[in-house]
Amino acid sequence: MRFARKSRVGAVVPTASMADIAFLLLVFFMVSTVFVRFRGIPVALPEAEKIEKLEMRRHVTSIWVGANGAINIDDATVSLQQVGDLIHAKLTANPRLIISIKGDGRAEFGLISDVLQELRKVEALRVNFATDRENEGN
Amino acid sequence: MNLRKRGQRILPEIPTASMADIAFLLIIFFLVTTTMNQDKGLSLHLPPIAETKEVKEKNICNVWINAQDQIAFYEGGTLNVVASSDLRHNIEQRLAANELLIISLKAERGASYRMFVDVLDELKLSGATRISIAEPEG
Repeated sequence: MRFARKSRVGAVVPTASMADIAFLLLVFFMVSTVFVRFRGIPVALPEAEKIEKLEMRRHVTSIWVGANGAINIDDATVSLQQVGDLIHAKLTANPRLIISIKGDGRAEFGLISDVLQELRKVEALRVNFATDRENEGN
Repeated sequence: MNLRKRGQRILPEIPTASMADIAFLLIIFFLVTTTMNQDKGLSLHLPPIAETKEVKEKNICNVWINAQDQIAFYEGGTLNVVASSDLRHNIEQRLAANELLIISLKAERGASYRMFVDVLDELKLSGATRISIAEPEG
């Protein structure tokens, strides 16, 4: 009589559900991705070192201020007087809104200040001056 | 005898072994193509428009920027021009001397936005948390 010397137990990793896991991840990434909806106008952002990241893209709305003094919200050029109304409407829809001011470094401070005053009038008090990271920082 | 053979059908099978590979490929594609350009910059809380606070004069440090992008401390009726490189050190000393110090940043309308952001950055770097932006005159 011969005995089988080794009974081989095949170690198998179950891969049947791998596809499900992968697709689940895929769907999660697709749902959680917020696409850039507005391109704004090209601005040369100023540089700063002590910058903070804005975590929630959903709660951020941007105001672009170009070097020539043009104000742009959601890809539409607006006048200074319209800024307040537009932001007020957005703020009513989302009270946690943070306003990101994407101003060109060459813009006049007076205009930025005017925008800030408009924001204060409609109680949009959480602002963020968008900047690029200063490279030679230490 | 042959009955069973006749009933047997060839089961049509979709090969699912490579499904996981396809799904992961898609995930990686999405991960790579998603641009994570987070909004970043200098955050600031604006004061409500109705709010005016009486602050003792010794607790205020006035930093002015003129239309020629020069920085100066306004104290006791005189303007002391300071180089932008010395600003941080200067503010640090003042904050060490008086921790209740509120820094009031006032820029002329003609000042450049870049200079304003630079100064704001320096103020934040020096550890100042009480920063107020004064409205330019005129």
